[in-house]
Amino acid sequence: MGTAASVALGATAGRAEAQAPLAQTLAAGTPSLSKVSFTVNGAARELELDARTTLLDALREHLHLTGSKKGCDQGQCGACTVIVGGRRVTSCLTLAVMHQGHDITTIEGLGTPENLHPMQAAFVKHDGYQCGYCTPGQICSAVAMLNEVKAGIPSHVTADLNADIELTNAELRERMSGNICRCGAYSNIAEAITEVAGRQA
Amino acid sequence: MKFDAPATTNPIDQLKVVGQPVDRIDGPLKTTGTARYAYERHDAVPNAAYGYVVGSAIAKGRIKSIDVAAAKAALGVLAIVTAENAGKLEKGRLNTAKLLGGPEIQHYHQAIAVVVAETFEQARDAGQMLRVDYDREQGSFDLRGGMDTAKPAGITAGPPDTAVGNFGSAFAAAPVQLDETYTTPDESHAMMEPHASTAAWDGDKLTIWTSNQMIAWGVGEVAKTLNMPKENVRLISPFVGGGFGAKLFVRSDAILAALGARAAGRPVKVTLQRALVINNTTHRPATIQRIRIGTTRDGKITAVGHESWSGDLTGGKPDGAVSQTRMLYAGADRMTATRLAALDLPESNAMRAPGEATGMMALEIAMDEMAERLGMDPIEFRILNDTQVVPDVASKPPSQDPQAINNREAQSPSKDKPFSQRQLVQCFRTGAERFGWDKRIAQPGQVRDGRWLVGIGVASAFRNNQLTKSAARVRLETDGTVTVETDMTDIGTGSYTIIGQTAAEMMGVPLQKVAVRLGDSSFPISSGSGGQWGGNNSTAGVYAACVKLREMVAQKLGFNSAEAAFSDGEVRAGNRAVPLADAARDGSLSAEDAIEYGDLDKKFQQSTFGAHFVEVVVDAATAEIRVRRMLAVCAAGRILNPKTARSQVIGAMTMGVGAALMEELVVDKRVGFFVNHDLASYEVPVHADIPHQDMIFLDETDPMSSPMKAKGVAELGICGVAAAVANAVYNATGVRVRDYPVTLDKLIAKLPAVG
Repeated sequence: MGTAASVALGATAGRAEAQAPLAQTLAAGTPSLSKVSFTVNGAARELELDARTTLLDALREHLHLTGSKKGCDQGQCGACTVIVGGRRVTSCLTLAVMHQGHDITTIEGLGTPENLHPMQAAFVKHDGYQCGYCTPGQICSAVAMLNEVKAGIPSHVTADLNADIELTNAELRERMSGNICRCGAYSNIAEAITEVAGRQA
Repeated sequence: MKFDAPATTNPIDQLKVVGQPVDRIDGPLKTTGTARYAYERHDAVPNAAYGYVVGSAIAKGRIKSIDVAAAKAALGVLAIVTAENAGKLEKGRLNTAKLLGGPEIQHYHQAIAVVVAETFEQARDAGQMLRVDYDREQGSFDLRGGMDTAKPAGITAGPPDTAVGNFGSAFAAAPVQLDETYTTPDESHAMMEPHASTAAWDGDKLTIWTSNQMIAWGVGEVAKTLNMPKENVRLISPFVGGGFGAKLFVRSDAILAALGARAAGRPVKVTLQRALVINNTTHRPATIQRIRIGTTRDGKITAVGHESWSGDLTGGKPDGAVSQTRMLYAGADRMTATRLAALDLPESNAMRAPGEATGMMALEIAMDEMAERLGMDPIEFRILNDTQVVPDVASKPPSQDPQAINNREAQSPSKDKPFSQRQLVQCFRTGAERFGWDKRIAQPGQVRDGRWLVGIGVASAFRNNQLTKSAARVRLETDGTVTVETDMTDIGTGSYTIIGQTAAEMMGVPLQKVAVRLGDSSFPISSGSGGQWGGNNSTAGVYAACVKLREMVAQKLGFNSAEAAFSDGEVRAGNRAVPLADAARDGSLSAEDAIEYGDLDKKFQQSTFGAHFVEVVVDAATAEIRVRRMLAVCAAGRILNPKTARSQVIGAMTMGVGAALMEELVVDKRVGFFVNHDLASYEVPVHADIPHQDMIFLDETDPMSSPMKAKGVAELGICGVAAAVANAVYNATGVRVRDYPVTLDKLIAKLPAVG
């Protein structure tokens, strides 16, 4: 199966030979469809998908939940971050069929334009976004990250593994570093998250 | 509306809405994932097939053959388009290389095919079944190797070379001299949303939902490339997931979506795979810059010379790294030179503040070095050499921006062209006080904080303000709300909000009563977004349309338009007040106009200024560099929305940290491509790299710029900041790095002994 990463090398001469039998197999038969059911934003969803479909593409292309973004499709940018079972997941790096029975929350499940989640409202207030493309991932990541801190999950910069974790600026920045914002709204995003964390505490 | 005399008092000066730090009006959409980007238009195009782009595996040569049989037979494949079956395609006026290559290949990852299939997975799979045979030719991929044969090349609106007085003899005679060479690497925009388009044909009419900064340019380019009339092309781009110059131009996603849709007989959407973006699209070219400065013993610049080399494909353009050196500091004898080497790397083009971004990276280290040689404070050295007139009288004003392809005629310069506003000195004074500059120890390597070596650095910021025609349509609806339509784009800049603020101020209604519709080529043609020209020009266009609408309203309600005041949802004059909505009781009122400029920018140089202050710490043992504090002080005309403008500046400062410390496209000089073509190996700043950022706007209005009295600000923040970081690293360590990025391997061998 091809991945975005392997395509990075372009159409290499001779490569297609190895692919040909696979192509014949696919051409001869029907797509390898798999059924999967999970809960998205509180609603049960059942899909029959090409087994190669990522969770991200299942959300965006099949359920039309396009709030989760495809920035790199190779797990490097964080724009596709959704919350699965309370934990942050880069949804481009995981196949939809691996989530049978899982509870998935996307940006659309956090709030709506008329009824913003506190984290969404804080991003608006602190201008923690510009182009908006990394924003849903940042917000999902931030919401789940605060719960990780509360649960005592340490990070690279946690000094004392036995103490309660304090959400210092360094902790926040370290934990959010999987979500790239090329517009450079980091300073504002940190303020938005800090405000929400303070309110929660 | 012609703007040919300095602005006087107008309704914008009320600053009830304009100038207020209001939240973005598109915020609720963007933060809830309900803003729809180009690849997400299930609402408008419910049955789009998926196109997958295949890039060339060689940098230069020819395709001998493409065997598409296996791909064509693959499940779900609807069409495969290559140069062989695409029909005759023209090269866009703004493209250097063709968007669909073959048989000739001009650069690595040039698109050679799009495979269209029912699903993304099928298209991706089939895309890898193409068997391509190439005839590979040797290319030129090394800028340094191309320096000797590099040729003079103009920087869009300016000449390649300028000379005032006699630089050679003045430099030779200068008692204090600096002659150093600096390099900046190739850089990638790396915006979060890759180039993406959804294309649909209706007969011979084509609609492309795309991600593009310049809608009207794009319409012309699509029409030219596909050999069709402009009237049959519509572009729609209401949300753009970042651009930074990468989306100024139509790229292969749009053209291949259109070709794929034609071949498949149904709408097709294409997004460039992240791994293709870097070598398929444009990038900021690497530069080699030689700077010579000569001064008197007390620090007056007598001679300044700046030469720059960069590379591009044949037919391309150089980086304008010498631009600011023509304007920023005084000095009687001066020269600049621009040389372009022919390289077979992917296409070079504009990236955020093209010219000044790279030029200031070099010049502002040189100024720091020179101050040290003089034993002067680097701020005092800059202030001593401030100038209120453009010193390079031989240069052609006003624009040397590669993005500026407006039809602006170069004209012969007048002597002593003053700046419309120039508060560079005030920026430094304000920043020095706020930052605690007086605590700086000039001798490097003196300040320790535990394991960290601490240093602070400073640099000027400079970027020109550009004027270009911009139109809008404003409508008073029957319910008293106001709708603005213009093809202006919001690429994260805040266009929606400042345009809404402008209309609200002009029509005297709250911002909530204004609807802003952008990014559609069926709307009046705006300035578009680029070169920090969008904010001032697009709002000035809305101002012009609002002036017209006010006249229509006044006439309808029986007011003298010169006396009528619009506020609180009413039109007033004398004792009479009428609800604004009454003017539209018989039907909505619509006005369209454009701002057009006279020659104020020829008489006055319009530029924006700032000062960057940075504190870094460097690990005394490992040379790891961390940015600890950042402050920018900017003077950029009226700030239309301090919240969004600040975000523009701190975002640019962030990108500048990337340029200073990590960003570098690594050239494989054997194969001829950028090796690190993804977001893991092309490093950009992440949360952990960026501290809280401070920024201050000086109070300024510029009546020469437009009725808004605003100027560009979005690119000022990146100009100079990388040098401020590099200068801070020097102050911390005593190691002067002249080859960006400043990475720990360039420091570690020379660090002070660990004590």
